Amino acid sequence: MTAILTKQLTKSYGRNRGITELDLCVHDGDFFGFIGPNGAGKSTTIRTLLGLLSPTAGTAEIFGRDIRGDKREILSEIGYLPSETMFYQGLRVRDILRFSADLRGQDCRKEAARLCERLELDMSRKIRELSLGNRKKAGIVCALQHKPRLYVLDEPTSGLDPLIQREFYAVLKERNEEGATVFLSSHILSEVQRYCSHAAMIRDGRLLVSDRVERLGHTAAKRVCAGGICSPPALEGIRNVKKGASSVSFLYSGSPQKLLAALAPLPVTDITIAEPDLEEIFLHYYEKPQSHTGKAEKEGGNAI
Amino acid sequence: MTIWKHELRAGRASLCVWFGAIAFLLAVCVLIYPEMAGQMDEMSETFSQMGGFSQAFGMDRLNFGEFIGFFGIECGNVLGLGGALFAALTGIAALSKEEEGHTAEFLLTHPVSRPRVVAEKLCAVMTQIILLNAAAAAVTYLCIAAIGESPDGKTMALLFLAYLLMQAEIAVICFGISAFLGRGGTGIGLGLAAVFYFLNMIANLTEQARFLKYVTPFGYAESADIITEGRLEGKYLAAGAFFALVGVIAAFIRYARKDIG
Repeated sequence: MTAILTKQLTKSYGRNRGITELDLCVHDGDFFGFIGPNGAGKSTTIRTLLGLLSPTAGTAEIFGRDIRGDKREILSEIGYLPSETMFYQGLRVRDILRFSADLRGQDCRKEAARLCERLELDMSRKIRELSLGNRKKAGIVCALQHKPRLYVLDEPTSGLDPLIQREFYAVLKERNEEGATVFLSSHILSEVQRYCSHAAMIRDGRLLVSDRVERLGHTAAKRVCAGGICSPPALEGIRNVKKGASSVSFLYSGSPQKLLAALAPLPVTDITIAEPDLEEIFLHYYEKPQSHTGKAEKEGGNAI
Repeated sequence: MTIWKHELRAGRASLCVWFGAIAFLLAVCVLIYPEMAGQMDEMSETFSQMGGFSQAFGMDRLNFGEFIGFFGIECGNVLGLGGALFAALTGIAALSKEEEGHTAEFLLTHPVSRPRVVAEKLCAVMTQIILLNAAAAAVTYLCIAAIGESPDGKTMALLFLAYLLMQAEIAVICFGISAFLGRGGTGIGLGLAAVFYFLNMIANLTEQARFLKYVTPFGYAESADIITEGRLEGKYLAAGAFFALVGVIAAFIRYARKDIG
């Protein structure tokens, strides 16, 4: 079963770029990262899925239900954390959590208290007194307290200190192991690489690639760092060259034998050959828009 | 009823402040009447002979020497205008404040349909207006009892009913506009209430402008007309009901389709 399925989902509005013909598939039980630079369309996608924006074209389903027709049923199974968490200023954290639970017709007091303790959030504080990080924590508890089937989290860790971030991901992992689906957007790739099993990249409102995280990392290209030489060997398939004082680093996609043969006569003093990290893949997509819209890349993730 | 309760809670401070101000002015108006009553015959004549000014406020048709005439002018202005401003502000903020405060994203990602949000918020606006008017009426009756006056009960009831309906209409029209706004519309609300108030004054001045009474809810809440006729003008009420209905329908249709950015 799919948790989220979009087909040619398009949203264009006002001056904002929106999203264009987005085909996204998130399976039930996935821990899914949605990566893209600021303004790429991550929030627009999420807001469209949640019914805050109505799509211009295309379709989207959550747990097999159409986002236009079954909005209420869909929202009852979702815990949503907006990127900028805003609440009613005059209320206390406890009131907000209670209001949120009441809107869902549930009593979540025990779970709310448990989460507040884990995230070190004082429920008696007034919203207007909260720092950005604490407001985010209140948003997290709102999204998690009713134990939904699907968590939709828009840049969840911005404003949180590293210890709380770790605790937050620990809670998410537990929920994921209990069967819930997690869909989070981020522009922090290391975060996605560490926690997510699947990831998709979006840029300029278009989906670039969607695959398992290790497959996204495991591409045909290797990051080669060589000491003792200042420029790469003359070979086809070498890109993204970074020259140092007495070292060079480049991405290579091609036959390993040819690479070794080309390096053999050179005065190489040190060498590492590794998978490029997601950051590099991401930047690669980000920097070269024209050459990466092919269908094969979307399916295979072997674009580099 | 969760949103309704939340709205009442969020609006209680504003309601208390407006009630305090309106009740204070009403009480002052009623309580100073005995002192002024002696001079009223003379004043009544003066007030009724100020030409256009008298007409605009309906003072040419009311007798200041009687309590009900004095009440109609003074208290009509206090509760009429004060209540109208409160109604306009409450109505115009009801939906738009969620987007202005960026709380719409929080509210509308809960399993609550948009029509339900609109309905509960509308009920909350109406509840606040009813509470304000009921409390203002109670204060007025206490003050009237305190000065020993006994005005005609039916006329008094009609006056309060007219003020209530007028505020309800303004609130609903503003509520409808609120659905189209992306941020608070305080200026629009206050401006609209003021325009309605002045349209009624213009309508009082000349026969040619009388048609404006169909447009402004102050048309059927005119104390002078209610006291002299002993009833609310049905045609103006019908026009008001039509505008209110348009406001409600606009709010439901627009908000159901609105993109929350």
